[in-house]
Amino acid sequence: MGKVLMKGNEVIAEAAVQAGCKYFFGYPITPQSELVAYMARRLPEVGGLFLQAESEIAAINMVYGAAGTGVRVMTSSSSPGFSLKQEGISYLVGSELPAVVVNIVRGGPGLGNIQPAQSDYFQVTKGGGHGDYNIPVLAPASLQEIVELTNEAFDIADRYRTPVILMGDGMLGQMMEPVEFGERTHSELPEKNWATTGTRGDGPRRIITSLELNAQSLETRNAALQKKFARIKENEVRYETYQTDDADYIMVAFGTVARITMNAISKARQEGIKVGLIRPISLWPFPEKPFLETRDVVKGYISVEMSAGQMVEDVRLAVNGHAEVDFYGRTGGVVPTQEEIYQKILSVAGGSRYEHENSF
Amino acid sequence: MSMKTVFKKTTGLTDNPTHYCPGCTHGIIHRLVGEVLEEMDILEETIGVASVGCSVLSYEYFNCDMTQAAHGRAPAVATGVKRVLPDRFVFTYQGDGDLASIGISEVIHAAARGEKITVIFVNNAIYGMTGGQMAPTTLIGQKTATTPFGRDESIQGLPIKVCEMLSTLDGAAYIERVSAHDVQHIQKAKRAIRRAFETQKKGLGFSMVEILSTCPTNWGLDPYESLEWIKDNMIPAYPLGVYKNKEGAE
Ligand SMILES: Cc1ncc(C[n+]2csc(CCOP(=O)(O)OP(=O)(O)O)c2C)c(N)n1
Ligand code: SF4
Ligand SMILES: [Mg+2]
Repeated sequence: MGKVLMKGNEVIAEAAVQAGCKYFFGYPITPQSELVAYMARRLPEVGGLFLQAESEIAAINMVYGAAGTGVRVMTSSSSPGFSLKQEGISYLVGSELPAVVVNIVRGGPGLGNIQPAQSDYFQVTKGGGHGDYNIPVLAPASLQEIVELTNEAFDIADRYRTPVILMGDGMLGQMMEPVEFGERTHSELPEKNWATTGTRGDGPRRIITSLELNAQSLETRNAALQKKFARIKENEVRYETYQTDDADYIMVAFGTVARITMNAISKARQEGIKVGLIRPISLWPFPEKPFLETRDVVKGYISVEMSAGQMVEDVRLAVNGHAEVDFYGRTGGVVPTQEEIYQKILSVAGGSRYEHENSF
Repeated sequence: MSMKTVFKKTTGLTDNPTHYCPGCTHGIIHRLVGEVLEEMDILEETIGVASVGCSVLSYEYFNCDMTQAAHGRAPAVATGVKRVLPDRFVFTYQGDGDLASIGISEVIHAAARGEKITVIFVNNAIYGMTGGQMAPTTLIGQKTATTPFGRDESIQGLPIKVCEMLSTLDGAAYIERVSAHDVQHIQKAKRAIRRAFETQKKGLGFSMVEILSTCPTNWGLDPYESLEWIKDNMIPAYPLGVYKNKEGAE
């Protein structure tokens, strides 16, 4: 199959269908509406079902019901709608049900706007709903990467019986790029012998619940969940580094911001400033390794985000005082430009030279 | 000498002892649902959805595959199950706080879509589990933890009549209100539950049975007084009967 030109939101939808997702429950919200529309057209073709729910709350609970039967199921939304899904996501975690939840993040807080943002980073990486939990979060930076990560999101969900979040910003959802849907890699996945499908003579009845009235029992259950999170941390970290080998300063950015940052890095390199990039692909688990490897060598890090400074907290934790950590961010749906990021690099990395040049 | 079995527990329920208070009719309603599932021989084809309320542990009692839904969301969860497994039976078991307050949107839309599920709606005019607060179904004048002077129309508004409301929706195929306050009504309740599951079997659309039920603990009445209270106070406010029968209308 050759390359096709598609919109980001549609790529997520098509990649999900090709990953075997036949059920989608969603509610319209900009900037992810193309995803819902694509699913409405596409799923009947593969014998699946698209259902527009009455709200994001209903949608995530329909996902809960469908996931409990053992099928691959997805919902998608954007920030305000994603907030509404939090109780349901917490239940998915508590009942250990696999599902993929897409958040195409827009400017907030409140109704905010429909421009691209990354300001739901805290919400997706630190739990989001009630209780002690983390969810794997994948943040693609290109449409081709969406194809791979959507497939992986479903595998991770099934492997660990957990919801997985696919996080993009409005830019990624709206941009058009040529993509190729290659052969899917099929991983070995555990059998879903826990699914509630009616017993049909195949053994004892099954129960899906997150209720555990006894404190000791709930603590035991939490311990098991924490063990699972530790396994995910060990096995599901994804990131990419770019020109970090000789770097004095390392930029940290994810999603589309990483692409703009790479352009700023090229410009800085032309000026002889040695900058590199760490691009987290899994936002949780956050990639600590590339920081451990560089934090005693580099002079500092600059986190670039479409938020008031959220991922930068994880960068500081990973760097743990071994080097300076700086931040540049734009909020409210404003996309940082290559030039702004370049100027930030100059102000931090090229400090003395920059001032020198300006003093003439 | 051989002994004749004159009564045996339904296989529709597990052997787990229920946790309901003495005089609470939740247990009777469980039995009716269990008997209907057994008599229709569909226990192995059924997935039940427990809600949040005193019946949250109903998944321990119904002898079939069960899933537990967030407060009010059972009809959405049931929708997800039924849409994947259209040839199975799916039911929810919900209280009046769960269904008529926080989950009113989910049940309305499930009915409007004509979801082929059966809702067992237990109306005891109060929030039992959380200690007796006002429900949307609490009667005018009824004292609860959050209406200590009695429900006042000018402050808390009027009770919601769920059967009347849902029967206006074209997707609703079978809607009936029954009561669990005496033997005769309990038998009627069972017939209604059977008809609701038959409606699902025929794929006619959404079915719901509302059962007027006791909460002696939070009503501050003894079990006998509670049964009387249904008869004297709830039935006049919530008239019994079939509110929708699509098949009958055809
Ligand atoms: C989101 C959420 N809000 C509130 C609660 C607390 N809560 C538990 S049960 C309940 C009311 C249940 O009343 P009802 O549905 O009438 O059932 P009953 O106990 O009377 O059978 C409430 C408010 C909760 N568990 N979740
Ligand atoms: S509190 Fe009320 S509804 Fe709950 S079990 Fe006791 S009597 Fe029944
Ligand atoms: Mg109640």
